[in-house]
Amino acid sequence: MDELCFSVKLEEIIDRFRLERVYCGADVSEIRISCADLNRPGMQITGFYDYFDSGRIQILGMVEHTYLKNQTPKQREEKFDGLFSQKIPALVVTRGLDIFDEMYPIAEKYNVPILRTTLSTSSFMSALIAYLNTELAPRLTRHGVLVEVYGEGVLLLGESGVGKSEAAVELLKRGHRLVADDAVEIKKVSAISLIGSAPEIIRHFIEIRGIGIIDVKRLFGIGSVKDTEKIDLILNLEAWEDGKHYDRLGLTNEYTEILGIEIPSIVIPVKPGRNLAVIIEIAAMNNRQKRMGYNAAEALNKRLMEGLERSIEQE
Amino acid sequence: MFSKEVLVSNQVGLHARPATFFIQKANEFKSGIWVEKDERRVNAKSLLGVLSLGITRGVNITVIAEGADEEDAVNALIDLITSNFAE
Repeated sequence: MDELCFSVKLEEIIDRFRLERVYCGADVSEIRISCADLNRPGMQITGFYDYFDSGRIQILGMVEHTYLKNQTPKQREEKFDGLFSQKIPALVVTRGLDIFDEMYPIAEKYNVPILRTTLSTSSFMSALIAYLNTELAPRLTRHGVLVEVYGEGVLLLGESGVGKSEAAVELLKRGHRLVADDAVEIKKVSAISLIGSAPEIIRHFIEIRGIGIIDVKRLFGIGSVKDTEKIDLILNLEAWEDGKHYDRLGLTNEYTEILGIEIPSIVIPVKPGRNLAVIIEIAAMNNRQKRMGYNAAEALNKRLMEGLERSIEQE
Repeated sequence: MFSKEVLVSNQVGLHARPATFFIQKANEFKSGIWVEKDERRVNAKSLLGVLSLGITRGVNITVIAEGADEEDAVNALIDLITSNFAE
């Protein structure tokens, strides 16, 4: 399941951030952004173009603007010519700053859109980077079920027919939420987090063997579904095998890698009559508690060790 | 790993009923089987997974299998599609 490169239309960014179209050529709808990084062209307007990545959206903030204001019109013309000739996808002016007259003919010459926002540079950049990271995120589709249990995103994996969907329905009855059944689209939105969602066509539907397709949003209500959820824990459901060793203590942490990110994971043996929903609830709560700094297995171990030490001292 | 590409040419594409025939056939095999359309790959044994691809008439899909009976699995599924699900 290879990672692919994605892109987002510049026009979607313009609409999303309500950018003012200061100058846009006829083919602005053709422009696509495939780089989640931004650049403030401070170094470039002083003439330094080594390591310049021309795929990035350029952000003109207060610092660059003030520097340019103190240049002569002729110098400004040269500097904008230098920058726009790199075929940058767009230039965004922040803080609603004035547009220099020299910018228009050069933007037209190289067909580079000029956009403007009233936001401050840092807050605009952080919002745009977060948006681009989500839109351009590496992604893949996994066979599984994603539910939100006590605020934890739990991804259930396992062979067809092991009971993932049935477990999900039982969790819904207990007040938890469904994100995706059968096919989970997973996006790597940052270096440390994965977000899962359902493909549009089958969103909030579940297949139950014997009944068929059910519409969870209709049957259980709007409170029982969610469009996206981060993935905090992976549960690998597998048919119970007598004689196989299952974790009894929970002292060692296992991880499963998805898109280069290690997610805590547990193997849950499934047996007819075993109440899977309760076990999933406990796994979710325990995972949350571990993240908050308490590990029950370690605490028990510590208590044991202290007891042992005391009895040695008494001898 | 064994895979083949096929053009879906039946009237309605891989919609609900043809899709159930497809996954039933896929479930007869031991191998892991996937269907790929554009950049998305789903488990061929899962109904909602296959439906989520929205495979319509005239779309190219790739059937991929890995396991003991991978060749038989891919060929059987391709046959099912090219026979237009015996519509």
